[in-house]
Amino acid sequence: MAEQTAPPDARRDATAAGPAKSDSAVVRDALGVGIAVGLSGFAFGVTSAGAGLSLLQTCALSLLVFTGASQFALVGALAAGGNPFTAAAGAFFVGTRNAFYGLRLSQLLALRPLARPFAAQWVIDETTAVALAQPDRRSARLGFTVTGLTLYVLWNVTTLLGALGAEAIGDTAAWGLDAAGPAVFLALLAPMLRSATERATAALAVLLGLGLLPVLPAGVPVLAAALAAPAVLWFRGREAHGRQPAGRRSDGRQSDGRQEDGPESDGHQEDGRPTGGRRTTEGRPEDESR
Amino acid sequence: MNVWIAIALTAAGCYLVKLLGLLVPAGTLERPLVRRLAALVPVALLAALTAQQTFSSQGALTADARAAGLAAAALALLLRAPFLVVVGAAVLVTAGVRALGG
Repeated sequence: MAEQTAPPDARRDATAAGPAKSDSAVVRDALGVGIAVGLSGFAFGVTSAGAGLSLLQTCALSLLVFTGASQFALVGALAAGGNPFTAAAGAFFVGTRNAFYGLRLSQLLALRPLARPFAAQWVIDETTAVALAQPDRRSARLGFTVTGLTLYVLWNVTTLLGALGAEAIGDTAAWGLDAAGPAVFLALLAPMLRSATERATAALAVLLGLGLLPVLPAGVPVLAAALAAPAVLWFRGREAHGRQPAGRRSDGRQSDGRQEDGPESDGHQEDGRPTGGRRTTEGRPEDESR
Repeated sequence: MNVWIAIALTAAGCYLVKLLGLLVPAGTLERPLVRRLAALVPVALLAALTAQQTFSSQGALTADARAAGLAAAALALLLRAPFLVVVGAAVLVTAGVRALGG
């Protein structure tokens, strides 16, 4: 779903060059994202019903969880026979990225304390992308609200229709609908694979996830695969340490200069180094501050 | 019942993690190591989930029509197709391969 918002963002950046932006332009962008992504609730409804969840359970997920990747992860794990705790843990970890979106949004939108518990449910990939792309606070609030409302309503309506449709169809696998879940994950994953660190993490996670599948109880291999993230960070950190003396001499002109001048150089050095060193030599120092 | 427990836990966990971001003072989670991990953990999970839901069946590794569907989705992504087209391509190709007896 994050991928879906990329093209409108690029367009918006071009039009947002001016200081102000008309309300109708903000609403148009927000509706575009909300409608396009909201329609993919069909895929979730079908997948969830195909995984054996009841209509009520499927709709409860879209109403209460409302973060697509976690919902797909949960029904996939349950369909594979995972116990409810490992299944929920996998879905939870997929959703942790929303905390970081909230962090950005709370500064940008400056919500009143009483409004925060209500806004929280809409803190997801798409609303964050739209809000962050706006030139000022007023537009950001409008973009967040319109995207959130459109997406929430549509996502839930299409979830219901998808689940009803799947029940009418019967054997969802015969229609290839069991491929919808993995395709959704791939579409979410693809835009995240920006640098060698992400690609190495993904490759290690695939190996762990498939390699452990026959030997561990259902649901556990996915959680074990999450360890690929700290493992790759640790390995990159060691690599950076080992290389530093040689690196200073051979290509110190680039990586040292960039690190000293970079926006992250004030006091973050000891933590920032593991992949920071790699990133700067690859010319992508601003990945995280995006 | 088990499914409802999973739904309740996921709903509570996912809501609280969204709220956490809005409530904590800026800077608390801004340590670079924490941010890197938070960005990388979903990468690892999504990659593992993609692989497992494509290449497994009843707890065993298999390769069936879903692999062809996933390849179609990957091709659609490379061609910068919209989200729904990517998912649709995977579904259509998987159904097509199955219809042909794959």
